[in-house]
Amino acid sequence: MHRVIPPKIAQKIMTGVFWASGLLTIVILLVIIGYVLLKGMPALSLEFILGNPIRSGRSGGIFPFIMSSIYVTLIAILVATPLGVGAAVYLSEYAGENRIVKLIRFGAETLSSIPSIVFGLFGLAFFVIYLGLGWSVLSGGLTLALMALPTILAASEVSIESINKSYAEGSLALGATKWQTIYKVVIPAALPGITTGVILGMGRAIAEAAAVLYTVGAALMIPTSLMDAARPLPLHLYILATEGLSMQNAWGTAAVLVIMILIITVVTNVLVDRYRKKMMGR
Amino acid sequence: MEYRIEVENLNVYFDELHILKDISLQIPKNAVTSLIGPSGCGKSTFIRTLNRMNDMISTFKMDGTVLLDGEDIYNPKVDVVELRKKVGMVFQKPNPFPKSIFDNVAYGLRVHGISDKDYLAQKVEESLKAAALWDEVKNILDKSAMGLSGGQQQRLCIARTIAVEPEVILMDEPCSALDPISTTKIEDLIHKLKNDFTIIIVTHNMQQATRVSKYTAFFLHGEIVESGLTEKIFIEPEDKRTEDYITGRFG
Repeated sequence: MHRVIPPKIAQKIMTGVFWASGLLTIVILLVIIGYVLLKGMPALSLEFILGNPIRSGRSGGIFPFIMSSIYVTLIAILVATPLGVGAAVYLSEYAGENRIVKLIRFGAETLSSIPSIVFGLFGLAFFVIYLGLGWSVLSGGLTLALMALPTILAASEVSIESINKSYAEGSLALGATKWQTIYKVVIPAALPGITTGVILGMGRAIAEAAAVLYTVGAALMIPTSLMDAARPLPLHLYILATEGLSMQNAWGTAAVLVIMILIITVVTNVLVDRYRKKMMGR
Repeated sequence: MEYRIEVENLNVYFDELHILKDISLQIPKNAVTSLIGPSGCGKSTFIRTLNRMNDMISTFKMDGTVLLDGEDIYNPKVDVVELRKKVGMVFQKPNPFPKSIFDNVAYGLRVHGISDKDYLAQKVEESLKAAALWDEVKNILDKSAMGLSGGQQQRLCIARTIAVEPEVILMDEPCSALDPISTTKIEDLIHKLKNDFTIIIVTHNMQQATRVSKYTAFFLHGEIVESGLTEKIFIEPEDKRTEDYITGRFG
């Protein structure tokens, strides 16, 4: 066999290639976040964050939109987490390998690849019109819940499946029931992975404009009930940019959105890390 | 002699595989019984039949009777949860929960509905003392059990089992993942525990069987070839196959 490239050289080249791809990923991330923050910085001020919009957002602040984002995302997570984790427990602990299980998994996978604008249309037809919930925080939150569900389900299932089966055996051998075993041993052990899934789902929900476009309305005031119309940040950003109201405020809104997502991600990572250390003793 | 467990004509199948063939064995009360035999001979399946851990395997089928204190544990009226409280189990690989040392030992009591803090603390201390682990962990009870060494983890698993006050403790090769010093500690512990518990231990280590057990049963291809006093089995076995196995000619 004739080798074109000696193995040691090939090793060096490939190490370089992998190193470069890793580095490039970080650089791309930093450039995007840095660019958004840089462009948004001139708009950022306390009044911008805590003030009300003036003339449809041409000037003034974005506080109602920050609150709208928090509300719809909270609803999405509060609805999707129990459903997703419940389905994950069912799939990994109760259901065997049968056709229904395969169907659920296939359904979840398909759901996660449906474009968000389609979710928006479905939300309009189902929540807004059919259930009569109108353009509201509730309709938007429920639409986002549908989008976050497959992400939470998939991450939870992987996490629960990866829990050492010997924990469950030890629990059952002590006379615990299956439910006690799941609730007291399996889920706490899987919690870091489940939390990661919830955060991914939350990230999907909070960043979504298309899915809320037809479902939450476009109110300029802070929603005070579930049935009030609202305007989450991505939607406000979309309106500012497409209608050419104020590019500077559009960048400011984008910067606030990015900062919010960064805070959520960093805080949960720290908490999960701390929990894992406590649980595993190192 | 008083027997804790009496097994009569037990057959176990997984699908069509006939794993245990017509097993009859009596386990004396408050003594240690060793189960020896080559890998795959059915020892583990046998002890997992005694606390119905095989029930979880969908292809498991059995016939025959298994009596615990004279009661058939496979009677449909038997509550598996109650049974497993009476028949505890220690596994081959130490499997503490990823929780604090205290919560590991208190786990069994808590799932059985005990929440009184003083009582739990007292039982945790008693159980850890009985498992010869108290002095090593008394100052780190709130630390994760996953930070302990393998030998400490296995003694913690024994403490966890003792805490629910079983009558029988099943041990499935409890020392096979441990170093010699930890193994000695577990064996000393077994000596201490045999006065209060009926212990059944699966082992691949012939010396261990002679050191810890009063009775021994030799399994081969899903059958019991010979059983009785450990001394008798090791010094003058009746069956040629037993002799071949304990002298290391196969297995």
